[in-house]
Amino acid sequence: MSAFYALLFTVAFLVLILGLAKKIIQYSRVPAPLKIPVTPAPLTKGGVAIRLAKEAILFAALFRSNKWTWLFGWLFHMSLFVVLLNHLRFFIKDVPLPLVLLQNVGEYAAFTMFIGLAGLLARRLFVARVKYISAPSDYLWLILLMFIAFTGIVMRFISHTDIIAVKEFCLGLVSFNWQSLPTDVPLMVHLFLVCVLMILLPFSKLLHIPGLFFAPSRNQVDNPREKRHVANWALDLDAEKNKTQPK
Amino acid sequence: MADFETPKFREYPVVPQIKADAMAGKGPFISRAEFDTDLGYPGELPENWKEKTLEKMGDLLGRYRSFQVFMDSCIKCGACTDKCHYFIGTNDPKNMPVARQDLMRKVYRRYFTVAGKFFPKLVGAVDLTEDVLDEWYNYYHQCSECRRCSVFCPMGIDTAEVTMAAREILAHVGKGQKYSNQIIQKVYKIGNNLGLPGPALKGILEDLEEEVEEDTGVPVKYNMDEVGCDALLMTPSADFFAEPHIDGLIGYGKVLHELGITWTVSSLASEAANFGLFIGSYENIQKISMRIREAAIKLKVKRIIFGECGHAWRVAYSFLNTLAGPFDFLDQNYPVPQHILEVTYGALQEGKLRMNKAENDHLTMTFHDSCNVARASRMGDKPGGQFDIPRAVIQAACNNYVDMDSDTIKDATFCCGGGGGILTDDLMEVRVKGALPRMEALKQVTEESGVTNIAAICAICKSQFTKTLPYYGFEMDAIMSVHQLVSDAIVMTGSEQEKDLDGSDDDEKSES
Repeated sequence: MSAFYALLFTVAFLVLILGLAKKIIQYSRVPAPLKIPVTPAPLTKGGVAIRLAKEAILFAALFRSNKWTWLFGWLFHMSLFVVLLNHLRFFIKDVPLPLVLLQNVGEYAAFTMFIGLAGLLARRLFVARVKYISAPSDYLWLILLMFIAFTGIVMRFISHTDIIAVKEFCLGLVSFNWQSLPTDVPLMVHLFLVCVLMILLPFSKLLHIPGLFFAPSRNQVDNPREKRHVANWALDLDAEKNKTQPK
Repeated sequence: MADFETPKFREYPVVPQIKADAMAGKGPFISRAEFDTDLGYPGELPENWKEKTLEKMGDLLGRYRSFQVFMDSCIKCGACTDKCHYFIGTNDPKNMPVARQDLMRKVYRRYFTVAGKFFPKLVGAVDLTEDVLDEWYNYYHQCSECRRCSVFCPMGIDTAEVTMAAREILAHVGKGQKYSNQIIQKVYKIGNNLGLPGPALKGILEDLEEEVEEDTGVPVKYNMDEVGCDALLMTPSADFFAEPHIDGLIGYGKVLHELGITWTVSSLASEAANFGLFIGSYENIQKISMRIREAAIKLKVKRIIFGECGHAWRVAYSFLNTLAGPFDFLDQNYPVPQHILEVTYGALQEGKLRMNKAENDHLTMTFHDSCNVARASRMGDKPGGQFDIPRAVIQAACNNYVDMDSDTIKDATFCCGGGGGILTDDLMEVRVKGALPRMEALKQVTEESGVTNIAAICAICKSQFTKTLPYYGFEMDAIMSVHQLVSDAIVMTGSEQEKDLDGSDDDEKSES
């Protein structure tokens, strides 16, 4: 059983990393031939960094669009971030103090994560225009994440899984010295679903994770008059055009 | 023309109830072969249309990062759903930006992703059929490429990019739009969108010179093809004859005259507008833009100034340098290109223009931010100058100014409903319904603040408003050009207006 999970995690990790790398390389290679930032837009690269940070950290555009969606969406994402930070302790032998301290607050992130997801699911089921645009996978992602959060809560607050053993297992994964894993049901479900997420991520809408940073509407500097911007594939057309010069 | 009902004003801007297929089959006339073949497109659907469609999709996915990324990064959050004026006005769910993109995305997933290839029903992937192609044609011509959705999308997805790609794909299998393709043809054959030939233009400009001299006593020149002027004026051809556009042109002339800037239009490049943008064709956008470069060189100007046109300004500001630059042969002391408002605003800042605001006291103005200017360009050297500069100029010419509701202006501005190739009679229902949210905002300031008129700096907006205002109970001449306000308030040196204000004693020359 432990070997199965060790193998599964290794495969899942590889699929995730290689899949993401492939997509990120694709996004970097496709040119953005025209300057199309949505204005008003920053005039400098530093400004763009701030713009992207506002989106990634505060969900600024979403806040403007719809307060409820922002509330549940942001709550879920922030909670997930805290949860992920917390989980670092499974992969670091001597956990640094800040991370240890985070545990006390961080354990409640699982609840806020669940609440955020539940709100988003309710919205997808009961708001007609959101339901209209939803495919089965859109519901399934929410349900998958809710089960991950739920099993996490069960392990933490109810069944008290042997996390020392889990840590041994995780450290073993990263050092290729596979250790055994406790076999309680919440843990099995939790880890399995996490692996499913990792494997499916590069093939799904979770690609919004790198995607946001490649959106020309948000990541371009607004300086087309000041600095000439030409895509590689447009250079031939460009050379043709340069034949028109003053005499 | 189809019979339809003008939407009723809503008491509160609530999200519309979905009415599936409300606008099915309401797309514009398909282009005739003769308009397409000259542009290099097939005249009708080829036998291997499916292969060609997918091929073109693949091509564009590899050439436009926006298209590729936006296909992948939509999380179906629905933030955009209630932001599009066409959804608000028609209730058709496929006019929700995400659903509009999905018409393409579903096919993208089916043929370009692992998930769609093997588990189509799970991820909402569909096969490409002729019905799908028809739907694309129908709904991608109910998008004005205004980018309002992109402001509110957490991922920054710009539906306009998808619409442009879709139209380019459709054109490549013989389903181009008649309106846009026909107009592009006119630019190539005659020099402007309206098919106004050189001599007609010359006649119009001469008439304007007479009219302005009669009105003001000042011999303001409106030159055509004059070599060696300071500036080439690129303005939408509608400025040459339509109301209220032509009043804007009169205004530019007065401002430039007062500032001592000599200028000319070019009969061969007599169009600022660039419909290549609407059909998403890089090659056509460039070809049309090149005329500007050629004209600037031929007429030996030092500057290029653009008149009041929305998408023309987007192309000029955002793309001209890329497509037709570098412009190192022009005077680098001025931005290339420059908007007439930047010129007027700069002059006002430096106290070089004298304005008698009282001339516009009978008006209480509001300003409509045109989408391409608001969300796809800039004026001046600070972000948001495209909002502040027109307002500053209006308020330099008028005493009474009110902004519409903050959720409907600046970067959240509602499209007039006629942009992006939609300004055609065969799309009147789409145009009138799409105008609803802007009309509601106008109604509010009319009732609450006594607004009498609305100014805009886009030829399409001006034409659209002229047509659609009456459907909503407004007067068609409520829409004005910003430089019309300037024209009415400006007190040119040596003019009748100056004499009226200062007395006719030549020795008494007032400070500006």
